[in-house]
Amino acid sequence: MSTYLLNKFLFTVDRDPDLVERYREEPAETVAWWEQHMANKLLNCHGGEDSTWLAFDDDERTALIEHDYPTLFGMGAHPFLTLTLFIAMFERDYDEPLAFQKEYAQKLSHFSLPYPDITT
Amino acid sequence: MAEIVAVVASTHHPFYYKASTAPPEERPPFADEWVSKIMSFRETLTTADPDVLVMVGSDHFHQLWLDNMPQFLVGRAPMYDANWYNEEREFGLPRMRFDGDLALSDHLLRNGLDQGFDLAFSNELRIDHSITCPIITLRPDADLPIVPVYTNIFAPPLPQPKRFVELGRAIRRMVESWESDLKVAIIGTGHLSLELGGPRQFGPHGPDPEFDARAIEWISKGDIGGALSEVTLDSLWTPGNATHGFMDFMLMMGVAGDDNPADYVDNLDLFHTMEAYFTWYPNGAPA
Repeated sequence: MSTYLLNKFLFTVDRDPDLVERYREEPAETVAWWEQHMANKLLNCHGGEDSTWLAFDDDERTALIEHDYPTLFGMGAHPFLTLTLFIAMFERDYDEPLAFQKEYAQKLSHFSLPYPDITT
Repeated sequence: MAEIVAVVASTHHPFYYKASTAPPEERPPFADEWVSKIMSFRETLTTADPDVLVMVGSDHFHQLWLDNMPQFLVGRAPMYDANWYNEEREFGLPRMRFDGDLALSDHLLRNGLDQGFDLAFSNELRIDHSITCPIITLRPDADLPIVPVYTNIFAPPLPQPKRFVELGRAIRRMVESWESDLKVAIIGTGHLSLELGGPRQFGPHGPDPEFDARAIEWISKGDIGGALSEVTLDSLWTPGNATHGFMDFMLMMGVAGDDNPADYVDNLDLFHTMEAYFTWYPNGAPA
């Protein structure tokens, strides 16, 4: 399991307006493309210096494809990164202010302290 | 030597800008009280009349990332652009730009390194809402040079709370030993109890009002010993999963000094979080 790689996905998608929309509309395609082209990219370096060892586990890949933020929370993905990206993708679908954020909390209500470890 | 004319600590709520600038029909019901409190808080800095601002905050995975994560970092640049795409997107924050103060950056880096703090530095730093929020609330003209100081309250493993206090004490000493005739304000922002991306987020109050009350008492009294006796890296998960930002308040308590009560204390109970505002005048309140 690679909490770091989950975070790297959330981080690189959240900071790119095109990727935010692409991940919202075509999650399976985006996750597959990202794992092939971005997972091992050493940020700010050219491709000849890519890392060689980073890959998602099957359950991590599935959680990302299914936009399954409760499972990502359970895996220890950084909650700030997950929240920020999912607000960007889905807040627009709700009429009331903060309705998505409140539903998000409710969907995590089965978690109690201590929360999953987010150390990377 | 430089004079510290104010030490200021507050929460940084990214929704303030939008709440305070929206047209009347779109303003949330709590906006007027919030603006009123911010106006009073702003006055505490305005009357101190600083020339330069040391700004303590924390990058929220904008420029600092897990492949190269510093614990404490000082900006050393002639200018700082500010706010990021995802902060414009979510909070409606404006793009901003500040002048730096290279001499003060150099002084903090050299003396910090010599006093046992292995400070990282950045020659090109785009700062985020942990620093721009207090500029918006306290100095909206953004007309003073800044020196950013970033802390890691976000990506474990984190430094211990006592280390934040010690860095605050060191920043106080270092600014007071700076050979300059400038008046310096040291401003830092953190959190009280806060939950982000967890089951207790966006409730009607902060996730732990009892912690918030104790924290406000510690800060307002300068009770560093009390805070350090209760706050640990493990304990901070209990009030809310983003409460490690309280360690930036502890840093500011270190700047203000042991058992030094704040000259100005205010707070505002909002949805999701308790806002809190503190100002100390190390050399007495301005006339």
